[in-house]
Amino acid sequence: MTTVVLFYLFAVVLLGAGLATITAKNPVHAALFLMLAFFSGACLWMLMKAEFLAVALVLIYVGAVMVLFLFVVMMLDVNFEELRKGFWKHVPLAVTVAIIMAVEMGLILHSRAAEVVVGGLPEQAAGYNNAKALGYLIYTQYFLPFQLSAALLLVGMIAAIALTIRKRKNTKYINPAVQIATKREDRVRIVKMAAEARPTVGEVVEEQPKA
Amino acid sequence: MLDLFKQLMDFLHYNILGMVIYAIIKIVVIMVPLILGVAYMTYAERKVIGYMQIRIGPNRVGFFGLLQPFADVLKLLLKEIIAPSAASKALFFIAPILVLMPALAAWAVMPFFPGVVLADVNVGLLYVMAITSLGVYGIIIAGWASNSKYAFLGAMRAAAQVVSYELAMGFALIGVMMVSGSLNISEIVMQQGRGIAGGSVLSWNWLPLLPLFVVYFIAGLAETNRAPFDVTEGESEIVAGHMIEYSGMSFALFFLAEYMNMILISAMSSVMFLGGWLSPFPASIPFLGAPSFIWWFLKVAFMLFFFLWARATFPRYRYDQLMRLGWKVFIPVTLVWIVLIGAWMQTSFSLWK
Repeated sequence: MTTVVLFYLFAVVLLGAGLATITAKNPVHAALFLMLAFFSGACLWMLMKAEFLAVALVLIYVGAVMVLFLFVVMMLDVNFEELRKGFWKHVPLAVTVAIIMAVEMGLILHSRAAEVVVGGLPEQAAGYNNAKALGYLIYTQYFLPFQLSAALLLVGMIAAIALTIRKRKNTKYINPAVQIATKREDRVRIVKMAAEARPTVGEVVEEQPKA
Repeated sequence: MLDLFKQLMDFLHYNILGMVIYAIIKIVVIMVPLILGVAYMTYAERKVIGYMQIRIGPNRVGFFGLLQPFADVLKLLLKEIIAPSAASKALFFIAPILVLMPALAAWAVMPFFPGVVLADVNVGLLYVMAITSLGVYGIIIAGWASNSKYAFLGAMRAAAQVVSYELAMGFALIGVMMVSGSLNISEIVMQQGRGIAGGSVLSWNWLPLLPLFVVYFIAGLAETNRAPFDVTEGESEIVAGHMIEYSGMSFALFFLAEYMNMILISAMSSVMFLGGWLSPFPASIPFLGAPSFIWWFLKVAFMLFFFLWARATFPRYRYDQLMRLGWKVFIPVTLVWIVLIGAWMQTSFSLWK
């Protein structure tokens, strides 16, 4: 009973946040709604006792990806009037894409492959560890696909860095490693010299002319 | 009387309403000491740094200045809360709450003693990492919603810094997961009591995982935006970063969250690396040898002292050097040590069997 109530609560929040993401005028608000949608999705997974997936979703998407997303979106200088001008021009295309997507989703949900044999989750034995079971499968049965996807991500990362790297010529950048490695001798030269006799403070005061 | 007690227990354990009430009682039991801890952490910080700089620190309000935190809270509560006219009002007031919420929520899985934990979940360690990674949102939103250049610069710095150091922190925790074979925090503490060194100080994770321990703690300093990594606030450069437009209690919430995160990082490092509630003495000694909450508390206090010590000692990092430390020093160190530990565990010299 509680689970059902919670499911509908999270589902409503998820749908509402998803809708708000695409309707929000301000991109920062949209990004925050997307974050809320991810979070509600994670809560739904948690209800299905897929705690590893749920926490991983929060950790990776909400905790890292969306932070960087927000980082970029906040620095955009968007002219909302300019953006809204082309709205009606693009509506037919957008509607076509949306209809195709909806039909595709409907086809998948109604195909025989998507049919769930038993409505409901299998009861797991006490002490069943979701994370352990997942790790066991990844490192045995699905070892090769897992490693391949890791390699793919690594290549993607290197490519992204290589594409965006640029050296500015006029920058006054100094390598911190070189700076840290400096010794006292590089910066300060201590000169030995004999002490000179100087008038003491008292004598100076006496010599000053009286006003 | 006993019957009434049994009825009450049944209500708290099996009735939905009772379970909710019971959970709320447990949350309050954790939160109240935590908030008091934060209050006295501010006092301890001023005292410790005071003595390090040959001053006395607060000593006017109450005996030895012990009521100083309450005087501070009262002052902040009574101050007016001002929002800039150009601010994004809703987000401006949500931001401090968003900073505080994860700092509190992470305590749900923190074990204080075997069985004494609010939620004993299997993925406790991952949960702490996920929840603490949400704390940066409050800072970013505060910076953006304030509509101020200084605040925005602070938010940008915070975003880059926290995301960078989270990686090193995560890698350090991967080493802990590898040797414990579990993500359950209670299980990780128990595991440190076993092994070849037989549950003594030497079998705790800090020794075999020393580089990871050091990286974890320093990354924790950066993660909580504490000196010497406090470029987010950087008083001399960007005045107070994301907090510049806040006043009164909304300003105090940022500090509450910062100190709570400090206590959390200290508690995590004591649980992950210093054996949590395990005693450093052999079990044959009657009271001192027994595992107890006192050890947990002392270890957390010990780690917290490092936070204050670091603040009193080190000058602030320059921003590019801070990034270099995170990416070019800490991440390689942790990666090498993880591979080393992995190889070590496969040999016959493994400590963790």
